[in-house]
Amino acid sequence: MQTPKPRFDLDDDSVVVIVGSGAGGGTMAHELTRRGLTVVLLEAGRRESAASFSQNPGEAFGQLTWLEPRSQSGTWDPVRTSPTLPAWHCRTVGGTTVHWTAATPRLRPYEIRARSTYGDIAGSSLADWPLEYAELKRWYIAAERRLGVTRRDGNPGLPASNNFKVMYFGARKLGYKRVHTNYLAINSRARDGRPLCIQQGFCVQGCKADAKWSTLNTEIPRAEATGRLDLRTECLATRVEHGASGRATAVVYRDASGNEQRQKARFVCVAGNAIETPRLLLLSESARFPRGLANGSDQLGRNYCHHLNGFVWGIFDQPVYSWRGAVLAGVVEDENVNDPRRGFVGGYHLELCTLDLPTLPLVGLPYGWGRDFASIIDNYRNIAGLLVNGEDLPRPDNRITLSSSVKDPHGLPVAHVNCEEHPNDIALRRHAQTQGQRLYEAAGAKRVVFSSTPPATHQMGTARMSVDPARGVTNPYGRTHEVPNLFISDGSVFSSAGAANPTLTIVALVLRQADYISRELAAGRL
Amino acid sequence: MMPDPSNCTTDRRRFLQTVTGVLTGVLGSLSPLAALVPSRSWALELHALSSADADTLLAAVQTIAPHDGLDAAAYALVIGALDADAAGSAETRALFSGALASLGPAFATMPEAQRVEQLRAIESGAFFQSVRLKTLLVLYNNPIAWQYFGYQGEAFSKGGYLLRGFNDLKWLPDVPAADSGPLPMA
Repeated sequence: MQTPKPRFDLDDDSVVVIVGSGAGGGTMAHELTRRGLTVVLLEAGRRESAASFSQNPGEAFGQLTWLEPRSQSGTWDPVRTSPTLPAWHCRTVGGTTVHWTAATPRLRPYEIRARSTYGDIAGSSLADWPLEYAELKRWYIAAERRLGVTRRDGNPGLPASNNFKVMYFGARKLGYKRVHTNYLAINSRARDGRPLCIQQGFCVQGCKADAKWSTLNTEIPRAEATGRLDLRTECLATRVEHGASGRATAVVYRDASGNEQRQKARFVCVAGNAIETPRLLLLSESARFPRGLANGSDQLGRNYCHHLNGFVWGIFDQPVYSWRGAVLAGVVEDENVNDPRRGFVGGYHLELCTLDLPTLPLVGLPYGWGRDFASIIDNYRNIAGLLVNGEDLPRPDNRITLSSSVKDPHGLPVAHVNCEEHPNDIALRRHAQTQGQRLYEAAGAKRVVFSSTPPATHQMGTARMSVDPARGVTNPYGRTHEVPNLFISDGSVFSSAGAANPTLTIVALVLRQADYISRELAAGRL
Repeated sequence: MMPDPSNCTTDRRRFLQTVTGVLTGVLGSLSPLAALVPSRSWALELHALSSADADTLLAAVQTIAPHDGLDAAAYALVIGALDADAAGSAETRALFSGALASLGPAFATMPEAQRVEQLRAIESGAFFQSVRLKTLLVLYNNPIAWQYFGYQGEAFSKGGYLLRGFNDLKWLPDVPAADSGPLPMA
C-alpha cells in the first residue's frame, strides 16, 4: 500500500525544512520523520529510480550530475582540465549516494586530532574535531548497520574481482598487510529488502540492482512511508530567511517552474554538500549577517577539502577486464597512518578502481592526444586500476565564495571554488602514486600511467565544527553558532578531511545530530 | 554527454532543414552495426559544415585519436556531433570555419606527422580544445568503439558479471578467503 504523499502548507511553520536529499539530508529526513516530525525535503534534481537509470555511461553522467557551470581559480589541476566542473557530484533525489562507489572506511583516531597529531603546519588551518573518538565510533557502528557495510557487523566481504587480484598480488609483494575487498555499503548477500551485488560494474551510473545503499532506495522511501515527508523535487533553495530574533524562519526556493516559493520552517537542516551549503548561506546574507548567514566567524566557505585523488593504471600483457565487478571493491589500508618519515603528514588509501568508456579518457588519463594517448585506450582490456584517496590539508583561502562572473539560470551567482595545493598535498600524492606504480610493477605491469587530478568527488570542511564560535561555523553537533535553529547536515562540518571516503562519516554525524535534535527538542531548547 | 538545453533554438531548427554537405564511408564487416543496416555504405548529412570541411575535420579527429582498426563510422559520429554544434550556434560555426580554413584543404591528405605538427600549433585554442573534448565524449561512447576496445559495457540486462567472468583472471593466484568474500553461488 502506498502512503499518500502529504503536501504541507507553505505557511506551516511546524515543519522542518531540509535542503538536499543525499547522504546527509536523505538520512536526516528519515531520522526526523520516524521520530514524528513533519519534513519538507527540497531537492534541486529530479527523481530517478533503478528502472530509469541510463546504462549508457555518457547519458547516465548527464542524468545524475550537477552540471551547472561553476567558476574556479587556483593552482590545482581541475582549474585547467575541467574549468567549469571542479566537482563531480549529483543533482538528483538521493544526491551523490546515487552515483557513489560505496566505500565506507572509518576515520582513524589520529585523523580527528589532526592539529594535535600533525602540529602547526605552515599554510594550513588544521583543527582537531570537537568530539571524542569513542563517541564517533559508537555512531560509526550505527551507520554501518544502517548501510549494511561489508566486513562489519557480520556481513561478509565481496568476492575478489579480476582487478582486485592484480592489486592484491602487487600489494602483497610490496609487503602490505591490510589489503582486502574493502568496506562497502553494497550487499554481499540479500539484506534489508535489497538483493546481493551481481558485479555488474555500473555503480557510478546508479545501481540498477539496488544492491548498493543510497538514500534514494532506503532512507527516503522509509521517510515517505511515515506519511510525514513532503519531498519537493526540482526545487532549488536560494535563501534561508531569519526573523528579528535571529532564528531561521523560512527557506526561499525556486520550484520546478522557476517560480519563487517561501516555505516557513520550525528549524532548517542544510545538506547541499560543502560547495552548495556555503553558497546557500552566503546567498542568505542580510543586514544582521552581512558576510552570510551564521558567518560571524568568517569561516563559512573556508577550509574547503576535497581529498587528494589520482588514478594509477597498470597496463599488462594479459587481460584484466577491470570493468567487470563492483568498482571500488578493494583497498590497501597500510598507508592510512601518520608517518612523517615519508615526507608528509596524514595518510592515504589505495582503492581499487575502474572507469568505463568514455570516462577513462575524459577524467582518468593525463591530458593528451595522438598516438601515445590512443595507445593507452587500445590496451583497455589489459588495464588494472586504483585510485589514491589521501588527506588534503585545509587552508583558509581554499574556499567557496560567490562567483563574480558566472550566474545560474535564476540569475544567482554560482559557487566559485579556489584551490591552492599545499606542499604537503603534493608530497603525499607523489608518494601515493609512486607506491601505486611500484604495486603494479611488482605484479608485472609493462607500463604505469598516472592521471591528472580529476574533479573532486568528496566535498568537506566549509562549515567546520568548533567549540569556539570564532573558529568555526557550527558547534560539535553541526548546529550553527549564531542561528540556533539552523543545522548543517553534510560533510561541510568536517573539521579536517582525513583519508576516509566521507559518506560513512556524514551518515554517522547525521544520526548523532538527529539524536541531539531529539534531546534538544525534548528539553525545550530548540 | 553534457546535454545543452539551449540547443533547441530557432537557429538550430533552421539549419536542420538545410543540407550543407555529406560525409560518406563504408562500414567495416566487423562493425556491430553491419548486421543492422541494409547497406554497408553510409552517408552522414551535414547541416552546417561543407563536405570539404567535414573531410578536414575527420582528419583532425583521426589525428587526435588514432586507432588504426577502428571503423570510420565511429569517427563519423564525432563529425555528426560537431556539425550539430555548429548548426546550433553561430559562434561555433564561425570558430570552425575559421579554423578549418586555416588548416586548409590539403590537411586531410597530409602525412600524420605533419597533421600532428599543425594541430600542435593550434592546441591551446578554442577550436582544438572543443574538437578534442567532443572526440573523447563521442568516439569512446558508442557500440562500434566498445566492440573495438573489447569493452562489454552494461551487464545488468545480462545478470551482471557475477557469472560472466568478473573473477576469471587466471594469470595470478586467487586471493585468500580472509581478504576476499564468499561467492554467492557457492
